[in-house]
Amino acid sequence: MELSGGEILIRSLKDEGVEYLFGYPGGAVLHIYDAIYRQDDVKHILVRHEQAATHAADGYARATGKPGVVLVTSGPGATNAVTGIATAYMDSIPMVVITGQVSSAVIGSDAFQEVDCVGITRPCVKHNFLVKDLSKLAETIKKAFFVATTGRPGPVVIDVTKDITDPDIKIPYHYPDKVSIRSYQPTVKGHPGQIRRAVKLLLSAKKPMIYSGGGVVLGNASEQLRTFVRHLGYPITSTLMGLGSYPASDDLFLGMLGMHGTYESNMAMHDCDVLIAIGARFDDRVTGKIAEFCPDAKIIHIDIDPSSISKTIAVDIPIVGDVAGVLQAMNHMLETGTKQIQKKELAAWWKIIHGWQNKKCMSYDKNSDKIKPQAVIELLHEITGGDAYITSDVGQHQMWAAQYYGFDKPNRWINSGGLGTMGFGLPAAMGVQLAYPDETVACVTGEGSIQMCIQELSTCLQYGLPIKIVALNNRYLGMVRQWQEFFYKERYSHSYMESLPDFVKLAEAYGHVGIRVEKPEDLRPAMEKAFAMKDRLVFLDIVTDQLENVFPMIAAGKAHNEMHMSPHCEMPQSSERELS
Amino acid sequence: MKRHIISILIENESGALSRVAGLFSARAYNIESLTVAPTEDPSLSRMTIVTTGTDQIIEQITKQLNKLIDVVKLLELTSGPHIEREMMLIKVVASTMAQREEVKRLTDIFHGRIIDVTPSIYTIELTDSGDKLDSFIEALAEHKILETVRSGVSGIALGEKSLHI
Repeated sequence: MELSGGEILIRSLKDEGVEYLFGYPGGAVLHIYDAIYRQDDVKHILVRHEQAATHAADGYARATGKPGVVLVTSGPGATNAVTGIATAYMDSIPMVVITGQVSSAVIGSDAFQEVDCVGITRPCVKHNFLVKDLSKLAETIKKAFFVATTGRPGPVVIDVTKDITDPDIKIPYHYPDKVSIRSYQPTVKGHPGQIRRAVKLLLSAKKPMIYSGGGVVLGNASEQLRTFVRHLGYPITSTLMGLGSYPASDDLFLGMLGMHGTYESNMAMHDCDVLIAIGARFDDRVTGKIAEFCPDAKIIHIDIDPSSISKTIAVDIPIVGDVAGVLQAMNHMLETGTKQIQKKELAAWWKIIHGWQNKKCMSYDKNSDKIKPQAVIELLHEITGGDAYITSDVGQHQMWAAQYYGFDKPNRWINSGGLGTMGFGLPAAMGVQLAYPDETVACVTGEGSIQMCIQELSTCLQYGLPIKIVALNNRYLGMVRQWQEFFYKERYSHSYMESLPDFVKLAEAYGHVGIRVEKPEDLRPAMEKAFAMKDRLVFLDIVTDQLENVFPMIAAGKAHNEMHMSPHCEMPQSSERELS
Repeated sequence: MKRHIISILIENESGALSRVAGLFSARAYNIESLTVAPTEDPSLSRMTIVTTGTDQIIEQITKQLNKLIDVVKLLELTSGPHIEREMMLIKVVASTMAQREEVKRLTDIFHGRIIDVTPSIYTIELTDSGDKLDSFIEALAEHKILETVRSGVSGIALGEKSLHI
């Protein structure tokens, strides 16, 4: 079978099992778009801005575990996609991004819509390719999917010159079943000796702590983690990216850790004697002050990426390997071994932890005459049965969604953790809704973030995506305002959102339903009404308390036991080392 | 902060060098010198990087380099017995008899070679460790140096150890 480059590209995607291609046409990819037109296997989703194509593919990947695929044109198409590529890179999301490039004959001549896409994307991709030779196209696509989805996943860019997609130049088509790259052999199996040492250390712990991260979700290791935790009966916390990897409703779960983690999680981190980090990377939002991170703990670290180990925190027992496999090996040792956990000491440790939990750090004012954002998220959980796919943007609303939704399943919490990309939520929700048309998908956002990719309301109409937008509208860039209140003596520099649009009318203008909620008593009926509309996108513009803050909070560079606490918890005056 | 020499076998492809150079600048690692050329297998290039850093930073550098898809293999030469060599071409004013004699004498002492001669200039080639090249430049302090070209360090492990695929 002889095919042109454009046809080979699309046929390769089909043979790779690609369901959706998120993209936007332009000059350099016209031949490819013509090939798309002449087939029905790979469904193209036309976004309204290339950034949204990458976020949508990213959301699809986070929800399904399958790689997200993007097609954009050269020049501005590629540069607009960069934010989404970097977002996926920071959170290790498998993605293949195909960018058009000007014809190879004019590369380097500052041709129309030319940028050095390989150069621009190099620092924010797992790998990238420039394809100028038609005979290498199918193989390169195979390589791209292989690299993107194996080891520590990540985005891969394929820059394709226009000349090789010429419809008049055809070559025999063959899509390889597999490829091997001599310079790329990701380690997957953990070292048995290290695993044995880790289990021994774990069983000797008097104050153990389990810290799970996004690697558990990405590595499909939630089942193994649940078995592991329940076998030991140890307390577990999770990073922002790991939420759902262990059920939030389980008694052993202490809530999220880090900058906006729970009091009990952060205190337990600080006081533990053995810490096991599973698929987590000791991000600065998690560790706080490095010098005072888990000062008394021996640390075990499981990660598929060797460079994650001892990057910021030196560890005692590193295990490089696939999280699911390593946990499985550990579970086997725990089940068949004769050694037992330190029961008496563990009971004493839990007693201390229960004391911390009694401070009720997540309390907020439930009698306010204003709508409290926390209450919105709790109600969202109730109305969706805790079973919705929740995407978010970045800021206070993101933290409240993470803190109050209570994720029991992995792949349900979809947010930009590493890069912190405002504008992520709505397009990501499109990818999730396309993957799961019958599931409830809600985008928790703010009036600031939603405006960064608001144009995608149009895409949602075109493809009939019944996303529920839950906008916590506090007329402030809330997280910026919170930092200005705490650290800049309430000098609210440019954090106030003036001249906001009428979001109800805006939603209606795009052909959707808009509902504005201003009073606490109207919240439940409005949310119930919105979520009952199964086939419509509903924009809930919820006017929340302007000055609400996210608590607890560890200020940047402070230790885990130095938290700002909510004035409504049982112990407003924080811990032993209260901040002044 | 110690000096380390890292040898890399990397795919001989366009862009491979910029991936390595980009990694060093993006992660704020030091880079003292970098040399690169194809090996006996034209599909592979051998790169030698001289860098400084604490043990933790060097560990991160080697891990991050290994993570680059184009890097096939890597060896930290300074972790074992090795030899390092650097080539220098240096152009020195040698117009008077005294100057010519003195420069010739120093060149002989350092086992260099005078490879080009004009009535007023000697061009010298010297291959040795970086330290020796520094000493040679110091020894020429009394003379006017017109130009110095250094290749950057290349190195190889001693004995049985070798970096190959």
